[in-house]
Amino acid sequence: MNFPLLSVITFTPALAAVVLLMLPKDRKDEARVIAAVASFFTMALCIWAYFSYDRAAGGFQFVEQVDWIPAIGTTYHVGVDGISLPLLLLNGVVAFTGVLISWGVDDRPNLFFAFLFLVVTGVFGVFVSLDLFYLFFAYELAVFPMYLLISMWGWKKTRNYAAMKLTLYLLIGSIVALVGILAFYFEAGLQTFDILALREAGVGGAFQKAWFLPVFLGFGVLAGVWPFHSWSPDGHVAAPSAGSMVHAGVLMKVGAYSALRVGVELFPEGAQFWLPYVILLTLVNVVYGSMIALAQEDFKYVIGFSSVSHMGLVSMGFATMSPIGLSGAALQMFSHGVMTALFFAVVGMVYDRAHTRHIPDLGGFAKIMPMAAVAFIIGGLVSMGMPGFSGFIAEVQIFLGLWQARNLAWWYPWVAVLASTGIIFTAAYVLRVVQRVFFGKLKPEYAGLPGISVLDKVALGILCTILVVVGIYPRIITGVIELGVTSTLALLGGG
Amino acid sequence: MDFIHTHLLTLILFIPLVGAGLIALLPREQGKLIKWAALLISLLPLALSIVMVVNFRPEAPGFQFPDQALWFPQIGSSYHVGVDGISVAMVLLTTLLTPLALLISFSIEEDVRAFFALFLMLEGGMLGVFVSLDLILFFLFWEIGLVPMYFLINRWGSKKGEREIWAGIKVPSRTYAAFKFMIYTMVGSLGLLLAIQVIGVVAGAAQNEPAMFDIVRLYEFWPNFTGTLFGLPISTIKTIGFWLFAIAFSVKVPVWPFHTWLPDAHTEAPTAGSMILAGVLLKLGAYGFLRLVLPLFPDQAAAAAGVFAVLGLAAAVVGGLAALGQDDFKRLVAYSSVGHMGFVVLGIAVAAKAMGGGVDAADAVIATNGAVLQMFNHGLSAAAMFALVGMVYERAHTRDLKAFGGLGVVVPAYGGVLLFCTLASLGLPGLNGFVSEFMVFRGAWPVFTLVTALATLGLIFTAAYLLWTIQKVLLGPLNETWRDMKEINAREAVAIVPLMALMLLIGVWPSWLINIFNAAVMRLLG
Amino acid sequence: MGTFDTSQLLAILPQILLVVLALIVLAADLGTPRGKKRSLGIVTAVGLLIVLIVTLAWPETTEPVFGGALRVDGVGKAFQAIFLLSGLLVALISMDFRPLRQDGAYYAMLLFSVLGMSLMAAAEDLVMLYVAIEIAGISAYVLVGYMREDALSAEAGVKYLLFGAFSSTVMVYGLSLLYGIAGGTGYGRVAAVLLQTPFQLAMVAFLLVLVGFGFKVAMVPMHFWGPDTYQGAPTPITAFISVASKAAGFAVLARALHFLFPALNNDWPALLVAISMVTITLGNLLAVPQRNIKRMLAYSSIAQAGYVLIGITAGGVAGITAVIFYLLVYAVTNIGAFSIVSMVASHIDSDDIQDYAALSRRSPALALAMMVALLSLAGVPPSGGFVGKLFLFAAGIKAGLVPLVVVAVLNVIVALYYYLNVVKVMYTVRSEHEEDAIAVPAPSRLVLVLSVTGVLLLGILAAPCYNVMSNWVTGWFS
Repeated sequence: MNFPLLSVITFTPALAAVVLLMLPKDRKDEARVIAAVASFFTMALCIWAYFSYDRAAGGFQFVEQVDWIPAIGTTYHVGVDGISLPLLLLNGVVAFTGVLISWGVDDRPNLFFAFLFLVVTGVFGVFVSLDLFYLFFAYELAVFPMYLLISMWGWKKTRNYAAMKLTLYLLIGSIVALVGILAFYFEAGLQTFDILALREAGVGGAFQKAWFLPVFLGFGVLAGVWPFHSWSPDGHVAAPSAGSMVHAGVLMKVGAYSALRVGVELFPEGAQFWLPYVILLTLVNVVYGSMIALAQEDFKYVIGFSSVSHMGLVSMGFATMSPIGLSGAALQMFSHGVMTALFFAVVGMVYDRAHTRHIPDLGGFAKIMPMAAVAFIIGGLVSMGMPGFSGFIAEVQIFLGLWQARNLAWWYPWVAVLASTGIIFTAAYVLRVVQRVFFGKLKPEYAGLPGISVLDKVALGILCTILVVVGIYPRIITGVIELGVTSTLALLGGG
Repeated sequence: MDFIHTHLLTLILFIPLVGAGLIALLPREQGKLIKWAALLISLLPLALSIVMVVNFRPEAPGFQFPDQALWFPQIGSSYHVGVDGISVAMVLLTTLLTPLALLISFSIEEDVRAFFALFLMLEGGMLGVFVSLDLILFFLFWEIGLVPMYFLINRWGSKKGEREIWAGIKVPSRTYAAFKFMIYTMVGSLGLLLAIQVIGVVAGAAQNEPAMFDIVRLYEFWPNFTGTLFGLPISTIKTIGFWLFAIAFSVKVPVWPFHTWLPDAHTEAPTAGSMILAGVLLKLGAYGFLRLVLPLFPDQAAAAAGVFAVLGLAAAVVGGLAALGQDDFKRLVAYSSVGHMGFVVLGIAVAAKAMGGGVDAADAVIATNGAVLQMFNHGLSAAAMFALVGMVYERAHTRDLKAFGGLGVVVPAYGGVLLFCTLASLGLPGLNGFVSEFMVFRGAWPVFTLVTALATLGLIFTAAYLLWTIQKVLLGPLNETWRDMKEINAREAVAIVPLMALMLLIGVWPSWLINIFNAAVMRLLG
Repeated sequence: MGTFDTSQLLAILPQILLVVLALIVLAADLGTPRGKKRSLGIVTAVGLLIVLIVTLAWPETTEPVFGGALRVDGVGKAFQAIFLLSGLLVALISMDFRPLRQDGAYYAMLLFSVLGMSLMAAAEDLVMLYVAIEIAGISAYVLVGYMREDALSAEAGVKYLLFGAFSSTVMVYGLSLLYGIAGGTGYGRVAAVLLQTPFQLAMVAFLLVLVGFGFKVAMVPMHFWGPDTYQGAPTPITAFISVASKAAGFAVLARALHFLFPALNNDWPALLVAISMVTITLGNLLAVPQRNIKRMLAYSSIAQAGYVLIGITAGGVAGITAVIFYLLVYAVTNIGAFSIVSMVASHIDSDDIQDYAALSRRSPALALAMMVALLSLAGVPPSGGFVGKLFLFAAGIKAGLVPLVVVAVLNVIVALYYYLNVVKVMYTVRSEHEEDAIAVPAPSRLVLVLSVTGVLLLGILAAPCYNVMSNWVTGWFS
């Protein structure tokens, strides 16, 4: 089959963005429809890609390769394996649901959707890229429009500060990683940026040890690795709902994915040397993130810090370097993406109605928007790792991975024990917001507020369904992930 | 029919879960339809579990009606269910109590759809624990039951009362109780999860698999596993694992001193919630001891048996004493649960001791049978008691024992039922409670003589507070406020009569039930 | 050497055409009524386009012409193309810059300046070099002070002149020192002699010459003229100086380092690394507090010069190609940005960043184009600026200049900060003039379209352009 599926998926949003940019600013409904159609089309293609991926064959599929800048050995080389395929699907889903819940954006919706789609294109680009140059190119493209989304449509109080902080943090990280990539390129001496070729480069151990940390942590900034996480809660809170959905839902995965694909896979010896230490950082993420979330008074900050905590589990899964742990991390990326998109969507719905996110001022919203409440509760159960939902499937694998990796360093079992306390804090903050926001007494000033729209319901329905299906029938996704993880482990010298 | 037989447990397990989904899809306004639909759905598992009991072969070894399917092969976990005698009894109890509790809940008016859907989901979760033969699956159902219970307490619980949490911040009591219930159990199950993970990974490594969670295979592997782990001797690891398991289950039972969530949760829960909480949920903990702790950690269990005997004693005595001091009818029944479950713990302690040898097998079997029977009995009587408390509360809107008096004149039928159930609960010979408590004492006496002797104090307290309750509620001068109190109605009668019938049946002819699990208990004790 | 034949004239055909074009413009000026002199801009632009085509179509030579005074090789050709393109775009945006008096002399001066620069790009003789620099410089002084009624412009012209005169005086010391050492003016001869010259002497000559070059590229510490001149000059001329003049400075610098000072090959890199670090850092840091957009772009252009120095220092095919590629991207980008500045200034008489408030609502297309330009300057994909910077950094790392690249990379963050501030003002701040759209005349629109598409194409499809440049550069190293 020669249909350039991945290119079409990647560039449909970009094309839509161009069309939207050229649309006159008063054509608001047209802009929304174009956005919805484009993102639905993209999502459908992602679903198609997901299910037509040949599981028997494994490896990278839907590969396309075209010369790009031969002088420096970079090609437009794309393909997906078991790790990136679920993320591709995630991005498609989050983009579509993000568009649906943003229907009410009234200030220049054409620009809003255009910038959103630029992010989405960048994210697709990272997930499918098999060329370091292209990966970095797409990575930057994904980060930047976020600035505009936040500063133009964000929460007025903090948007300027948060947008700038986010952009600069992420840029510093990515550029540090870039230097590492370039160093690797010359060290390998193959005159190519092709990831698959560079994997075989056999770069020396000393070099790997020296450069692993800059690359891994450089990308790790976007994955929210402590202590480089502080942009994340601020950014998520200030962003408009769809922005938070895409940002926490997929963009943070871009960081984690790149850290894995570039950091761990190209610097396996460096990874083996450093990751046992990095895991301590991720432990802080998990525990500290959930504790801080418990102390927040702002509804959205709770979710923001919960992302810090959950993304810590992803990096922790990487650090196990064991088959189960890595699968867990890959699944956690997917699961957290869907869950947090759901959270931010609901937070946005509450905020749109109450015009406050101060938890003590809320209450009883289940009466106004029962479906949103149910969706949030499902998300909360995923978040606290409740069995039967996708979060458990991911977390149990990560923890099993930690036990499996017990010989890497003496503290691995302790990390498992301490990290598990994060689950308790998570349960506590989830229950707290559920109780304080959705139950209890509805304040008189909120009585009679409108419920959520059909489009909102569709969006929430899609997200909830995924969380439950993966939880009940994990093989639908773990089978795919396993295929990708195997090759990563082979690089790490394990099996 | 063939399908039903080969997938009997799967059907029993999933009918409530699927039913919960169906209920959630019914239109919100159709309260009556929802109630009847839920009741009918809950009768199906009951019918199927009767089929199961009839077809069950107690003497056959191993787990029956097995069903296995690929579920999560990446971590070596599969959908594996099966039952032995102990589980059969528990499944029967669950499927029996659920329709009755639903029937009692017909008086619910607020957000009916969610209530009934959650209730069916709760049933599914509990059944899952009783039939799981895979540790991950066990844990899944163990946790999943928490969610509906949390919401049942939090949303349909008692509306009165506030609790200060800290610094003057007050929350409704039911919120506090639900939160406490959830967090206590989760803290307990966290250790459980960690221990499960270690066992799974270690067992998997030994078998060259990613991980292994199959309970049947672990029965063979884990107790005989030797070596070192994390630089520690395996016995240390096993001891830690044992305590993690034991604490998780103790919280649920609840074993004193982990019991403090229970009176709060019971007091605040809606009537049906309390029925299921006391009737089934508490049994999950005791079941966990029998299904997992004793077979997987026989040596550690034997070593700790004395501790549990003492804790069981403490629960029996403290529960009894605390109940004696209550003015709140529901809280009183709640503490009586602590007391009654203390006898179960005592029986389990004997079984644990027997795992290490040195105990006369006959004593151990009797005590353990007594414990299992006590689980079943307490399920019946606690459910009945909470139903009765609920009935009087619905009429009087108070549970203050001092506010009642002389109701026996106004509502004689209710009074009769209450008297019957109270007598069953305090262990009157001829009713069910007597048989199981006697068996526990008989079995425990030679093993923990002193503890058993002291535990009889618990019986005395129980008798005291129950009789006192009868006196306060039914006898004495009539409080004029309640002159027009309505008599027990047909729906309530239908809900309570089966319970009374079973109490009587077991009281006079306990062996039909004991026969079901006797063989399993004997195999457990070797 | 020393022989002359007419075929050599063909080698400088583009330069001859430029002179002819300037004369045509001056002549046409006489016949054009006062109100219509704007159309001279079209003549200039079309003429420059023709010269550009001729330049690109003409085969490059490897042999020096005119007795070794000039060598129109691939690198020279590439630089010439950049000057011509800049001149073309600047002519187009000059047509509608309101504060500027339209007349033939202006466009002729522009053409002379381009002429001087294109000679700079090919000069391989000390005297030729000096003459070329002065042709380019003197016409530039005139252009900067062209708005005589405007005090700022006049001041800028004077300042530029004084700094320019000072630096070329210093440079002349250096050039004469070189002549004194070598007894000749041809690069080849001087280079050969320098190999036997004491190190200190060669270094002194190098430093003196570097002052002159440094003035052109505005590298620290020869950058002081920059901000005032940029602010005061007519905006199109600011664009021209910031792009073409700078590129010309790099053209002579690159050639001198390669052909004139091979003797110091082990010594100058350390110096340039230091200068580059300081230039990048200082330029970026000083750009942060600026409130006037032209001053901000002035400091940013100082920083950009620092980035280009990475490629110069790295050298080799990769380094020089990266320099040329980056300068092309920079030309397209910066002139695009200045064209918007010029249109806004024509409309509202202000260069304050604050007055760009709500530009995205007044004129969405302008705001979008400005954003693309700024992001390209910052180095965000998919713009050419990203790819260009990447080439520079890659060349730097390849040459082992890791610390320099790290400094440069960190500065990218600072730069993004102040560029984003402009974006923020355009996109998020509200203003009461939102209904008042900025006028976009046709020539400027053309420039904008060319700039935006150029920036994006150079980013997304860099390869063809890069390959051509790389081939041209290879001539130096084969």
